[in-house]
Amino acid sequence: MIAEIGHFTLVLALALALVQSVIPLVGARMRWASWMAVGPVAATLQFVCLAISFAALTHAFVTSDFSLRLVYENSNTLKPMLYKVTGVWGNHEGSMLLWVLILALFGASAAWFGGALPDQLRARVLAVQGSIGVAFIAFILFTSNPFLRLAQPPFDGRDLNPLLQDPGLAFHPPFLYLGYVGLSMAFSFAVAALIEGRVDAAWARWVRPWTLAAWMFLTVGIALGSWWAYYELGWGGFWFWDPVENASFMPWLLATALLHSAVVVEKREALKSWTVLLAILAFAFSLIGTFIVRSGVITSVHAFANDPERGIFILAILAVFVGGALTLYAARAPAMEAKGVFGIVSRETALVLNNVLLAVAAFVVFVGTIWPLVAELAFGRKLSVGAPFFEAAFTPFFVLLALILPLGAMIPWKRARPGRALRSLLPAALLAFALAALAWAVGTGRPILAPVGVALGGWLLGGAALDLWQRSGGQMSRIARLPRADWGRAAAHGGLGITFIGIALMMAWNVEDIRIAKLGESFTVGGYQVTLDSVEEVEGPNFLSTRAKITMTREGGETVVLHPEKRIYPVAAMPTTEAAIDNGIFRDLYVVIGDPQEGGGWAVRTYIKPFANWIWAGCIIMALGGLLSLSDRRYRVAAGARSAAPPPAAQPAE
Amino acid sequence: MRWLAAPLLALMLLSATPSLSVQPDEILADPALEARARGISAGLRCLVCRNENIDESNAGLARDLRLLVRERLVAGDSDDAVVAYVVDRYGEYVLLNPTTSGANLILWIAGPAALLVGLGGAALYLRRRQNAPEAGVAPLSDDEAKRLAEILKS
Repeated sequence: MIAEIGHFTLVLALALALVQSVIPLVGARMRWASWMAVGPVAATLQFVCLAISFAALTHAFVTSDFSLRLVYENSNTLKPMLYKVTGVWGNHEGSMLLWVLILALFGASAAWFGGALPDQLRARVLAVQGSIGVAFIAFILFTSNPFLRLAQPPFDGRDLNPLLQDPGLAFHPPFLYLGYVGLSMAFSFAVAALIEGRVDAAWARWVRPWTLAAWMFLTVGIALGSWWAYYELGWGGFWFWDPVENASFMPWLLATALLHSAVVVEKREALKSWTVLLAILAFAFSLIGTFIVRSGVITSVHAFANDPERGIFILAILAVFVGGALTLYAARAPAMEAKGVFGIVSRETALVLNNVLLAVAAFVVFVGTIWPLVAELAFGRKLSVGAPFFEAAFTPFFVLLALILPLGAMIPWKRARPGRALRSLLPAALLAFALAALAWAVGTGRPILAPVGVALGGWLLGGAALDLWQRSGGQMSRIARLPRADWGRAAAHGGLGITFIGIALMMAWNVEDIRIAKLGESFTVGGYQVTLDSVEEVEGPNFLSTRAKITMTREGGETVVLHPEKRIYPVAAMPTTEAAIDNGIFRDLYVVIGDPQEGGGWAVRTYIKPFANWIWAGCIIMALGGLLSLSDRRYRVAAGARSAAPPPAAQPAE
Repeated sequence: MRWLAAPLLALMLLSATPSLSVQPDEILADPALEARARGISAGLRCLVCRNENIDESNAGLARDLRLLVRERLVAGDSDDAVVAYVVDRYGEYVLLNPTTSGANLILWIAGPAALLVGLGGAALYLRRRQNAPEAGVAPLSDDEAKRLAEILKS
């Protein structure tokens, strides 16, 4: 019964989304206030309907209602409660329901917090958002209905993929979807602005917080996925350039570019049509990502059960929305003239370079991701494009980006003297040089990646600190009182530096040892005495485990006891490795227990991963930087005051 | 559950399911040769897996390929010869790093070419912005004028 209510509200949500996508649009065109007022109501109701639908599905999972096919295929009575709940989105149908729920949440948020928007703009934004909802709710109802019943309910379910039964991965999809779908707001604003034919500083100011929020969630989502891969897959890799990872990375790159170009629109009324294009492309890549994950065109470790029918449906959605938006763009963009005038050496130029580099980096990832498909269709060659290609083709753009970043963050708008900015960055350059020399000395004979990465990281961190210092006029007491946007910028840029250091050092200085260890025997790995103390069999709620006890002692120092496990989930008939990790600021100790060997002993792998946590700490700091910016006073003020005021006039250049 | 445990554990222990990538028994005694084997393995795709190299994969086929690579190395092949040997048997698909031959040139050139186009476009835009006449302030639209009047009144 409850499942039927969920099914019913899902259909109702489709009807409401249809209303939301048509009535306010007509109202905005004809300037009928009553029709425009339908938008916020429909958006709110649509969200409520989808929330009920989602709650109904969650109820089915929690109560293990195996008469629902989806629950039978993805759950089990023995599964811990946490994973019964997260199992709701651990499958294609449920995750799509979460997708549209978040879509409706963003639409409803625009209705709730968009009071300050001009009525027509808000009506159009809600209409575009509603039409995306129509497409995806129809997609669920026609190809991926989660509420289908089984005629004869089985006794127990088939269990969730054990790899997904993990806290890191349980919350990875919701964050990722918040990011993906959050970009739909930027898209809706862009299309609404194209319909209206007007993009100005006020528009950029409204778009930016939504993009910032989506970007934050995307950053956290990607970091969670990467962290999960690190501890779950059993050898400590953190990024694989898998098509699906790329699918989340491309929108991130474009959202990052969009954040920066929107600043130029907001402050200087330039780069308008480019910003609108970026907003369209960022969401287009979210849709492409959805297509890649759910169509199975490109094989990937993540792919859900694939179905060509679903792929074609998503491709159609992609064609209609992106094609439509780009056509509208082609027709309207030339009318958006830039106002700001600036010299070649200026912050505007730096941000243009930032955008070029980020967009090209996203393009490289895109070409690499679809190349196997293109090569097979067009040239009849069956080939692979893997990590070695991306590392070679992508990295140079980020190195360039890191080089110009501190400079761009510090030089003034309009016209700048490069010498002055360079001089004020001298301490950062010295810091970078000193760190690189240190890394060189410590890791003699090891990859050059370490000193280079550390130098770039130090340059970014030093640059972020000097940015705050300069902005406060060199007075400590004023640093704390700087606007939060300044702190946000410094935190995000510094976080990137921390991630750079983490990636470089972990990849360059990783220590690995694979061997057969006998019980009680000790061996040495990178300055640690490692002993396999014992191996025992343990029973978990829905798995059986081989659990080892391994002691690692540093010469004359700390002792760490680790319990790596090897699990088997009988219902899903799948083994998993659970590495044991001792997290540290400067190193992670990472041990994995393998199979028992003929002639006694166990396969044991020991890794020492220097600075591993810096990778994700940097990502979290970047996201916090976004949060700081988001809480900046000007957004709170802008949200509070109902203003349809004209944009600030462009300042004359000198 | 408990009744399941004993037979299952026995099964686990006996079948010794390959649950790890490189196994201790695969490792070559010569560290230099082993390092080369690892380097080559990182660039070869496990054919039955999804986007995993054979060095990281748990599949049986990946193990066979790892052993094959080591066999060739011990036989005295150069790195390139080993890769060529595997490509001859399994096709271009095993290479995670695509070659630069033929149409693949497009793939490799795409990035640098896009950068040049991007920089060219940016340069044109910046030149135009630098020399653009200062745009005048647009007059208020009727709506805006009305709104301004309202604000000033209140």
